[in-house]
Amino acid sequence: MSYENLSPEQMRYLKRIKSRKRSIVIMRIMLFVVFLAVWETAAALKWIDPFIFSSPGRIAATLSRLYTDGSLWTHVVTTLLETVAGFLLGTIAGVLIAVVLWSSETFSKVLEPYLVVANALPKIALGPVFIVWLGAGPFAIITVALTISLIVTVLEVYTGFKQTDCEKVRLVQSFGANRGQILTKVVLPSSFPIIMNSLKVNVGLSWVGVIVGEFLVSKAGLGYLIVYGGQVFQLDLVMASVVILSILAAFMYFGVQMLEKKIAKRY
Amino acid sequence: MVPAVKLDRITKRYHTPEGEISALEDITFSVQEGEFVGIVGPSGCGKTTLLSIISGLLEPSAGKVYIFGEESHGVNPKIGYMLQRDSLFEWRTIYRNVMLGLEIKNEVTPENISAIDDLLMKYGLDAFRDNYPSQLSGGMRQRAALIRTLAVNPKILLLDEAFSALDYQTRLAVNDDIYNIIKKEGKTAIMVTHDIAEAISMSERLYVLSKRPGTIKLTVDIKLSIENRTPLLSRKAPEFRQYFDMIWKELDIHVL
Ligand SMILES: Nc1ncnc2c1ncn2[C@@H]1O[C@H](COP(=O)(O)OP(=O)(O)OP(=O)(O)O)[C@@H](O)[C@H]1O
Ligand SMILES: [Mg+2]
Repeated sequence: MSYENLSPEQMRYLKRIKSRKRSIVIMRIMLFVVFLAVWETAAALKWIDPFIFSSPGRIAATLSRLYTDGSLWTHVVTTLLETVAGFLLGTIAGVLIAVVLWSSETFSKVLEPYLVVANALPKIALGPVFIVWLGAGPFAIITVALTISLIVTVLEVYTGFKQTDCEKVRLVQSFGANRGQILTKVVLPSSFPIIMNSLKVNVGLSWVGVIVGEFLVSKAGLGYLIVYGGQVFQLDLVMASVVILSILAAFMYFGVQMLEKKIAKRY
Repeated sequence: MVPAVKLDRITKRYHTPEGEISALEDITFSVQEGEFVGIVGPSGCGKTTLLSIISGLLEPSAGKVYIFGEESHGVNPKIGYMLQRDSLFEWRTIYRNVMLGLEIKNEVTPENISAIDDLLMKYGLDAFRDNYPSQLSGGMRQRAALIRTLAVNPKILLLDEAFSALDYQTRLAVNDDIYNIIKKEGKTAIMVTHDIAEAISMSERLYVLSKRPGTIKLTVDIKLSIENRTPLLSRKAPEFRQYFDMIWKELDIHVL
């Protein structure tokens, strides 16, 4: 857009929007800086006990120690891989099961009460069962993460499928479409926003599943670091792990958002 | 001559847990190839049901449908059905919307693609082929829906309240537009509408249905003393008023 053919009023309006945006960004950064400064000062002046509350400086030192002794990568990669695996498997399996439910109304009616109960059940409770079945390792952890996102995905996506506009279905049927074509031409694309939304929710759920799984199994990963740090009273280690977790979770969320934009454009 | 569409004592009953709904009762008529036939009737009398049965989307409870002399079961590929709503897919561009039928029928051939290009060009949508439906006016959307129907080259067109979403001015223009398209392409058409004037202006013959269960109350052959009939000109024909009054009276008496 060029500025030349805009009225002065419109230009003032645009400028106002722009400066408002800038001041919001500045305030965000300020908030973060002030928070860190207050925390650090409080710890330095012993208003709070840095041994229990840690401090930004101590967290940074712990991070650099983890980085130099090389264990940072092992833990980050372990947790990240488990989360991505749980997330992908939970989402893909969830959508596939929703397709199966959609394809047979009898089948979905039969399964309905089981799904509702499974959804209400706190899946974490199954953690110890998975550990017994799959061993105290990454498979059990991935399974916990997968189970947490699976049932929600099934229910959400299936509900989306059922809300497909009947007129659109009638339209493709009038062209002689079979069940598979109804699915690929109408039901799946019209449920795209719902699938994307459950993808975003699943990112969060998978992190929960993996961290809890690592609490239980405790061999490697950020969840392990947190539990270990708590047990040996190294709150710096716990806080450092939480910081890494927030960064990873944020990146993964933005990744999904980018994927959404890309797919939305393509089809 | 073998009629394009022949209905033989069509009856339709819907079954719901609340009870049985008799929608159509003993409908019999024939439509010759190239004819434009209108169906009017009060709301809920079974007009959409009737078109769905002709298209094969619905099976009648009793009676038979013949398309070009052959008994028809299931969706008939010779029929193009323009539904009550335009139902353009908001996630597809106009071009990909009009391609939908060909995709489903697996007939995306160079000839068919160039036929679509011609249709888009002829009906003024070429510049909007990469736009999404939400960016088009109601009339343009309706034309896009028509092109989508014509793209698979049906011999028979079923139009269900195809123009009801339009304001009056646009509606008159689109009436003319679509009438010309259908005549030019030599299609047979069956059009359902609430609008008596629209029905008279476009049809060569009109069936007036009673309220539910729909039966044929009246058959009217529309004969207008004008040359080169178009919907707009038809409205100015001297006989138009008489037909209108007759049908209006017939509908009114039996609606209430
Ligand atoms: N799937 C269905 N199940 C039960 N009843 C139905 C079903 N579809 C339609 N009906 C009933 O059958 C009757 C005829 O419906 P139809 O849609 O054919 O009417 P219509 O003449 O097209 O109405 P309108 O002018 O409002 O579009 C209505 O009373 C409707 O309630
Ligand atoms: Mg209807």
